[in-house]
Amino acid sequence: MIRFKVNGVERSFDGDPELPLLWYLRDVLGLTGTKFGCGMALCGACTVHQNGEAIRSCVTPVSAVASAEITTIEGLPASGLHPVQKAWMEHSVPQCGYCQSGQIMQAIALLKSKPHPSDQDIDEAMSGNICRCGTYKRIRAAIKAAAQEAS
Amino acid sequence: MSTIQNFSRRAFLQGMFSASAFVLCARLLPEKLWAEAEPSVDPVAATPFHPSVFLGIEPDGTVVIVASRSEMGTGCRTGVPLILADELEADWSQVRIAQAIGNAKYGSQDTDGSHSVRDFFDAMREAGATARTMLVEAAAQHWKAPAAECQADFHTIVHRPTGRKLGYGELVEAAARLPVPKKEAVKFKPRAAWRYIGKEDVRLYDLRDICTGRAGYGLDARLDGMVYASVEHPPVLGGYVKSYDDREALQVAGVRQTVTIDPFKPPHAFQPLGGVAVIADNTWAAFQGRKKLKVEWEPGPNATYNSDAYRKELEATARKPGKLVRNVGDVEAEFSKGGKIIDAAYYTPHLAHASMEPPVALADYRDGKVVAWAPTQDPQAVQATVAQVLKINKEDVICHVTLLGGAFGRKSKPDYVAEAAVLSKKVGRPVKVVWSREDDIKFDYYHSVAAMYLKAALGPNGLPTAWLQRAVFPPIGSTFALNTTYGDAGELGLGWSDVPFAIPNLRAENGPATAHVRIGWFRSVANIYHAFAIHSFADELAHAAGRDPLDYLLALLGPDRIVDRKTLPTDYPNQGAPYDAYPIDTARLRRVAQLAAEKAGWGKQKLGKGEGQGIAAHRSFLTYVATVVGVEVDGEGKLKIRRVDTAVDAGTTVNRDAVRNQFEGAAVFGASLALYGEITASNGVINQSNFHDYQVCRINEAPAEINIHLVESESPPAGVGEPGVPPFAPALCNAIFAATGKRLRELPVSKNRLI
Repeated sequence: MIRFKVNGVERSFDGDPELPLLWYLRDVLGLTGTKFGCGMALCGACTVHQNGEAIRSCVTPVSAVASAEITTIEGLPASGLHPVQKAWMEHSVPQCGYCQSGQIMQAIALLKSKPHPSDQDIDEAMSGNICRCGTYKRIRAAIKAAAQEAS
Repeated sequence: MSTIQNFSRRAFLQGMFSASAFVLCARLLPEKLWAEAEPSVDPVAATPFHPSVFLGIEPDGTVVIVASRSEMGTGCRTGVPLILADELEADWSQVRIAQAIGNAKYGSQDTDGSHSVRDFFDAMREAGATARTMLVEAAAQHWKAPAAECQADFHTIVHRPTGRKLGYGELVEAAARLPVPKKEAVKFKPRAAWRYIGKEDVRLYDLRDICTGRAGYGLDARLDGMVYASVEHPPVLGGYVKSYDDREALQVAGVRQTVTIDPFKPPHAFQPLGGVAVIADNTWAAFQGRKKLKVEWEPGPNATYNSDAYRKELEATARKPGKLVRNVGDVEAEFSKGGKIIDAAYYTPHLAHASMEPPVALADYRDGKVVAWAPTQDPQAVQATVAQVLKINKEDVICHVTLLGGAFGRKSKPDYVAEAAVLSKKVGRPVKVVWSREDDIKFDYYHSVAAMYLKAALGPNGLPTAWLQRAVFPPIGSTFALNTTYGDAGELGLGWSDVPFAIPNLRAENGPATAHVRIGWFRSVANIYHAFAIHSFADELAHAAGRDPLDYLLALLGPDRIVDRKTLPTDYPNQGAPYDAYPIDTARLRRVAQLAAEKAGWGKQKLGKGEGQGIAAHRSFLTYVATVVGVEVDGEGKLKIRRVDTAVDAGTTVNRDAVRNQFEGAAVFGASLALYGEITASNGVINQSNFHDYQVCRINEAPAEINIHLVESESPPAGVGEPGVPPFAPALCNAIFAATGKRLRELPVSKNRLI
């Protein structure tokens, strides 16, 4: 039996320990805000937080998150928005929006470790997250705005 | 073109679907995402006042506007209803958008070709103005005042002489009893009174849901009792299963069964590819089960397809005379005079769409009827395809349209929805088919590979006196009819037969090519290779003539004029738009070229070693776009795209910030295909599989700065989603030439050494 928390709720799982966290979240818990894009940690659409750090849930087996705290996009403050979400809305970042849960979770993790990221910091932290619609200009602007907001 | 139907059709509409269909909607989880489907599949029929199939108003004042087009990221689910809301004088915060199921009553729902705003602009205005007129009349009758004294103002009707007001909600019952006025009796708002159109305060309707993870995509659709499927397709197009062994697959935890899907009957069109499906309790188990399948395939006729050899064939064909597409004057007579003759051959490979959400669909078959939830660009094509494959009536196929996690043309082909329907029938449960990224890349409807040959004779002033262009590509028509080897008027009208240059002798040709993979529409379609060849060649001629590429481009465009329709092919479709309303206006193309150049500091900047700028200007989807790309190539040949300036004249635009977002994205999409995009086949099998070997631009590789310059225009609305893509690749390669002296005549750039 593997125990961990998802968005503050205790969960236990006794199925195949190799099941990637992504599919546990989506198909078992019905938390569909976390997306599938590649299955190989190449695109970042599945990004969630494990103890506050960004991970790719598509290649993270459930066994690897035992006793961890997992946060998905649904686990961000329900009342009011996270400053990063606010910045995303202010800058009208999304087009199709599919990758944006992963982008937002990655950006939150970036700002936690680097509250005032440079362009290069943003490049390094965000280059694992593909946006096929090409909203990178707005992603960059939103991250900088959220950093400004927090200070 | 859509038509508006009045509510006298209501009885017909309500009787159209069985009660069981509604029950299924109620079982969807999570409830919030799908609540729109309740209690009826017609989102406005339940409102007391619905003078149009696109519009209903509730007694509490909520305005329900039907989005009949699919939202794949172009913003049309917001932008098209916004037109209606403007004409209705509605408060946008009181608007609820309801996504239409597939139904011919909405007109065409095929969301492609960048025409949602263009084709629905008048229909939306008419629906809004009709309802507004009826609300005014209802208020006038209530006050026993002349209608001329009453005016709609932001969700209320005001009696001007007395200042009395009634909210829209208060008027719906009375308005519903009025006859729907004739079109001629309805007045549109003057342009100056537009509240939303041409402004940019309104955000995407789904913005908050997207940013909080609550937006519902195809991958997110769920039904009680559903199972998951992953399909092993024939590796070569047209192949089929000889035999298979599923013993190990069935040992995988969570795998329930395997099911075969019949191969298609040629032509493939939108039919499923066939193969073996693994049915499981979750997506991952289905994926794992597939890895354990042992399938012996009959490869079929396309196992001879090898990209290297095929390229040589295309290039050889491009060197031979082809089918005439357009002719002005006599190029051969001009060439035979000798003088300065320049020719060049260009090549662009297949591309895969690679939308972030791969093809996915949920379908429930029971009792000869199908209910599907799909991220589809065309729910009517879903109805037709599912009906054809299952041999049922298309009226018995209900297709709910989810949000699309990108599409770029891929999701106008509903083969994956038909797979879900076939499997649901076979397993007797709702089935969700999920394509892996590998499935998506290996079994796409690919953008055509193309070879182009261009030849020009330059006169004493360096300008061409004759221009010959030949394009050879496996056409999209091959998807729908066997032995189709030539492009149709539609494909050739995408930036080839309509080249707007003022050249006295101009000839466009098209050579034959046989398709060996599925070919389909891809964002901006044939414009990509046509524009690459034409605008690269224009730049080559400029340098050959020793002239500035911008000046040369403007000289090629010639004097400002409407291109004479008679000089274009008689079957030139002009995107289905009337030529008098949407002519080729070289002044508009010149203006965007000058604007992009001016904003980019063309000719004004001192460029350092390894720096260069390139320009291309292209009309597509009735929109005029010019792009200047600025690059830097370092001593190791490493390329950096420093800056992109794109000038756009798309006529009247609705939601201007959303329009800018589209063109910003087009620069990145253009950079992806120009830098990396290449799909190849070996023995009929696609070589690429995922984002490591089919790369797309990441944030660190995308242009460092993108500036979009929108021209203020009162011309009728034109396309926005696609036309930003075509000029990018030639502008980039022209910039690389300016920076390095290295001329790239093939894509992708990454295959070439730059120094």
